[in-house]
Amino acid sequence: MSATGPSDDPEGRASILPAAADQPDPPRRDFLTLLTGATVLVGAGAFSWPFLDSLRPEGSGDAAPPLDVDLSRVVPGQQIVVVWRGKPVFVVRRTPEALQRMRGAALRQKLRDPDSHALQQPAYAANWHRSVAPEWGVMVGICTHLGCVPGYAPAPGGGAPDWPGGYACPCHGSRFDLAGRVFQGSPAPLNLPVPPYRMIASDRLRLGENNDSGSFGLDDIQQL
Amino acid sequence: MAGPRHDDVSGSDRPPPPGANEQSAAEAPVGPLSYGRFGGPPTSDLPPGAPPLAHWIDARLPVLSYLRREYVEYPTPRNLNHLWNFGAFITVTLVLMILTGLFLALNYEPSVAGAFASVEAIDRQLPSGWLLRSIHMAGATLFFAALYVHIFRSLYYGSYKRPRELLWLTGMLLMFMVMATAFFGYVLPWGQMSFWGASVIVSAVSAVPLLGHALAALLQGGAILGDVAIHRFFVLHFLLGFAIAGVVGLHVLALHVTGSNNPAGIEARGPGDTLPFHPYYTSKDGLGLVVFLLIYAALVFFAPGWLTEADNYLPADPAVTPAEIRPEWYFSPFFAILRAVPSRSGGVLLAGLSVLLLCLMPWLDRSPVRSARYRPVYRPMVIVLAMAFLTLLAAGLHPPNGIWLLLSRIAAGCWFGFFVLLPFVHRIETPRTLPGQLAVADPA
Repeated sequence: MSATGPSDDPEGRASILPAAADQPDPPRRDFLTLLTGATVLVGAGAFSWPFLDSLRPEGSGDAAPPLDVDLSRVVPGQQIVVVWRGKPVFVVRRTPEALQRMRGAALRQKLRDPDSHALQQPAYAANWHRSVAPEWGVMVGICTHLGCVPGYAPAPGGGAPDWPGGYACPCHGSRFDLAGRVFQGSPAPLNLPVPPYRMIASDRLRLGENNDSGSFGLDDIQQL
Repeated sequence: MAGPRHDDVSGSDRPPPPGANEQSAAEAPVGPLSYGRFGGPPTSDLPPGAPPLAHWIDARLPVLSYLRREYVEYPTPRNLNHLWNFGAFITVTLVLMILTGLFLALNYEPSVAGAFASVEAIDRQLPSGWLLRSIHMAGATLFFAALYVHIFRSLYYGSYKRPRELLWLTGMLLMFMVMATAFFGYVLPWGQMSFWGASVIVSAVSAVPLLGHALAALLQGGAILGDVAIHRFFVLHFLLGFAIAGVVGLHVLALHVTGSNNPAGIEARGPGDTLPFHPYYTSKDGLGLVVFLLIYAALVFFAPGWLTEADNYLPADPAVTPAEIRPEWYFSPFFAILRAVPSRSGGVLLAGLSVLLLCLMPWLDRSPVRSARYRPVYRPMVIVLAMAFLTLLAAGLHPPNGIWLLLSRIAAGCWFGFFVLLPFVHRIETPRTLPGQLAVADPA
């Protein structure tokens, strides 16, 4: 005490400061200080929650509104691309011949996940055509390899002799069939994602609402 | 300066620093102000019991000993009452305002097309955004409430008097800055009250003699109150928040030069009159803060809409003025003066003067006695001043007719009368006998 100098001399307030010798062990003040400090720390920690919470990435929780897509002017074999939640969504009208090829046993053997076991689509799209109606394919057009947008190559043959028609990624050569199923030997590990959607009429679909009562959302997809 | 300086623990067995080669240590200029400058040994102001790392840091950057001197040992009058908590309340509110303001600014869009929608999105879509905005809005109210009590405390106990004139003036500057910040912030949501409040203020500014029109044009930045104005207001709001934090630093610095005034208004004369700031006033401020934050939390969680106008949740419409334009309660007293005067420039002038006169307090009040406790004439006067303020506040929230117009005129008369009479009070006033020391003035 005395080493800190004359201004700290407790003589002047001897009547209000308890003598050091009276302190219990451990001193009551140390206990109170620790208790106060701990309370303040817990409070500050709790108070930091709304600040950190507000920095959560936008779009989680499927806050974006649904988007209706008019299909009446899409001809067989044509694909349109709509942007939903900032992502390109392929809507493709598959011809009966293309559907035939998609069911072929020869193609099945070349696919990595022909039966859609990986969670890349809602339950109602885990079928051979990976969609609600076989004619209409709906996929998020983002390659599961490194995020490029695959090109649409529907004509059979093409560059490769046994090409059944599908998608080819310009970045690293990943290939998918017209149901978005990935070919073996592609760098992409998984099928193209299928977003939640619902057919509200035979020529109209709504992105962002499920065809069943489920709560499937983009966040549930294994890799987007 | 509490106690001797201590050599840096590691300094004694080290070679002299480079640059000191030409001069031996004995010849190095070592004085009380050298602070180890130009090759002197690094010294620390901390007591010898402090950890070696603390000594090492303090010898090079004496923040620790500064904090210890100003916020631990700092001698504080022993008789401060709870009115002395309000400075701490304001500081804490300012920190909360800057924090929430930063996070709101991350999500705000300063444009006519986007402002209203972005504020709605903060309330409805941003995770915890409603809470951040609620804290920011309730903070504005509590900031002013605490500020007005803080100012009244200074008026009542004569804290503005010599040698604390600059402390008072930095405080007045802060009040003006806080008012400007609150106004700019209120405009940002771009609702009906925001827009029409801004229109009224810009017109009022243009009514100021001489500079008015130029200043109003500068604020508005275009033919109409639009994108340019919103952007300017946003930047000014953001900038002023931090500028206030800086001036608060000066205000506290000035306070620590003279030390706090106290309810008796006489200077502390010795160790018997003061207590170390820690733990006595840290705990007293802490207790006050707990109560203050409880009220704050009650406003945020239970009454987030209580202090806002429903009209401000309608998007700004330059074609329709809301039926009843009311300022926020904290501007209401000045708004009441503005309306009480039946002249455009006269009202603006008197409303401005009503605040500016406060700045002259250290020179208008010529009595050597500080505390109203010992001043039989000044005490009722300052109480009337406070009541006039509250009456103007209430009058400003009511339509300007009938009893409220009359009351606002009487109260405005009392407000200005106070400042007119003040320079003559010391001639007729016989102060009560001042106590010799604080222990006698306010026994524990």
